[in-house]
Amino acid sequence: MAAGTQKLTTTVRVIALLCAIAATVMTAAAPPVFAQRGKDAVAARVVSLVPNVTEMLFAVGAGSQVAAVSSYDDFPPAVKALPRVGALLDPDMERILSLRPDLVIVYGSQTELETQLGRVGIRAYPYRHGGIESTLQTIRDVARLTGHAAEGEQTVSRLRAQLEAVRTRVRGRSRPRTMLVIGRDPGTLRGVYASAGVGFLHELLELAGGTDVFGDIQREAVQPSNETILARAPDVIIEAAAGERPSDDVFRRERGVWNVLASIPAVRNNRVYLLYGSYLVAAGPRLGEAAEAFARTLHPEAFK
Amino acid sequence: MIIGTPPKDIVGRSVRARLAAVVAGYGALAVGACIGAPLIGSTHISLARAFDRSIPFANNVDAQIFFVARMPRVLTGAVAGAALAAAGVVMQALLRNPLATPFTLGVSAGAALGAILVITFGSVVAVGAISPVPLASLIGALAASAIVYTLATRPGRTISTTVLLLAGVTLNAFFSAVILFVQYLADFTQTYRTVRWLMGDLDVGSFGPILASLVLLIPAFAVFAVLPRSLNLLSVGTDIAATRGVDVGRTQRLAFLSASLATAAAVSLAGPIGFVGIIVPHLVRLMVGVDHRLVLPASALFGVAFLVGCDVVSRTIMAPVEVPVGVVTAMIGGPFFLWLLVRRS
Repeated sequence: MAAGTQKLTTTVRVIALLCAIAATVMTAAAPPVFAQRGKDAVAARVVSLVPNVTEMLFAVGAGSQVAAVSSYDDFPPAVKALPRVGALLDPDMERILSLRPDLVIVYGSQTELETQLGRVGIRAYPYRHGGIESTLQTIRDVARLTGHAAEGEQTVSRLRAQLEAVRTRVRGRSRPRTMLVIGRDPGTLRGVYASAGVGFLHELLELAGGTDVFGDIQREAVQPSNETILARAPDVIIEAAAGERPSDDVFRRERGVWNVLASIPAVRNNRVYLLYGSYLVAAGPRLGEAAEAFARTLHPEAFK
Repeated sequence: MIIGTPPKDIVGRSVRARLAAVVAGYGALAVGACIGAPLIGSTHISLARAFDRSIPFANNVDAQIFFVARMPRVLTGAVAGAALAAAGVVMQALLRNPLATPFTLGVSAGAALGAILVITFGSVVAVGAISPVPLASLIGALAASAIVYTLATRPGRTISTTVLLLAGVTLNAFFSAVILFVQYLADFTQTYRTVRWLMGDLDVGSFGPILASLVLLIPAFAVFAVLPRSLNLLSVGTDIAATRGVDVGRTQRLAFLSASLATAAAVSLAGPIGFVGIIVPHLVRLMVGVDHRLVLPASALFGVAFLVGCDVVSRTIMAPVEVPVGVVTAMIGGPFFLWLLVRRS
């Protein structure tokens, strides 16, 4: 009996010792806390996971402060030389940490990433998708965070002027019912994905002098069936795609798929336009160019 | 259960009569569904205007909605519904399991992998006049069937249903893992397109894809026409079937190949629409009994009515927003499946 109790005590002691060692090791292995910065401090090194915010950073003069970008960044050309750290689904935490940033631009939905960054003292700016006003506010925010508040204000004013100029040019003209298509299965009319009544694309369309044919639907996008498109009968169809303009044959074929829906005024009057360029669908500093592109398409006579 | 006997026999004659009655009844249901469905939709159209020949087609919105938007959808639903339901019957007989579906042996996972590979890595250009996604999903489906077939068959011997099931389930699991990996690599637009494809979509927009799928379905249905008697015997057991003169190995191969071909055609046309292949055979068996000579044609016809009906629901229940037809069949099928399980236990 005595031997049994002694064995138990020894076992307990060994376990306690092991626990103490483990605790010490774990505390020592805690991640290094980066230099804490005050709320108003300027971020010298920025990592951006959001392509349109990367554009904003370069536009306000903070391009040299950008240390790394997401896997999907492609504008401006300078980002091609920068290291990549993943994107919405797969942000590479280790790589981000190894770059020692002061500020990381993350998506609003990446709350776990925000928490992780907060634990090591790195500031995270959550980007939330919104309309034109929200985009301009984001430009101001990131300009301020990187110490370019003045350039930020200038960029915003310039953008506002561009948008206002477009609005003025098309004022008073009739507003055609327009469907803005932002996605479709290539070669067919399946999977048509159109912009609806909420968001910056809707606002750009209305600003450029068109009436959004799905404007009554309070969502950012809809997937209309062929029947819905026929029923809504838009006067103009604009397809905005982020890539590069394809070869003439492919372009003709993609334009041709709409001919099946012959009763739509847009097809009857040959007002189906295919536009290409990432500036058309990115809520960033090139909004003014996008607005002008839509306006030129809807009201070519206003730009003569 | 009626065992195969020469048709001139009095027992055979009554099967013939019953078959005629079943085909007439379910046929009327299928035709009624196909005629009625284009009349219903999220938009009100005037039939008089739609069929008014004096208005040029290009200007006639009602006619365009009826003939360009609704008719291809209804026909796609009919073709896919018949194919999936008939394939379901054959699979359940082949695997001797009432819970078998056309997707049990990995065909839809193969189709999904083909589709997602093209959506994620393929060019945005269509190949010739054929959109790449249906073609790739067809190739994927056929490849999956070929793999399962090779794994499960030995030349001249009968197929062990256990091996068949295990091969199919393993392939399903493996393809699903690869699909998850490819989805992880995809960007947002591609992921969305993949998810949308997986929900099933009858809005094909033209008659071309339907005709293309018929090229595959006609041989499959030709084989379905000669299978029922053998399937009756096979359902009892391979040994008993063999003693009654059924070439078990050949029947199993024909059943597997025809069911896989029909499923591959249906999935590449309209995406993987689930539950049609399990609900329809069971409902039909409740009504006509278990004789495959009646169940197979009745299921094909009821499959037409079922999927066309589900499509009408998907188009109208939340108009103008469309609920994907695979969601509608799942909402009906899920509870039905549970009820089946409870009933059997």
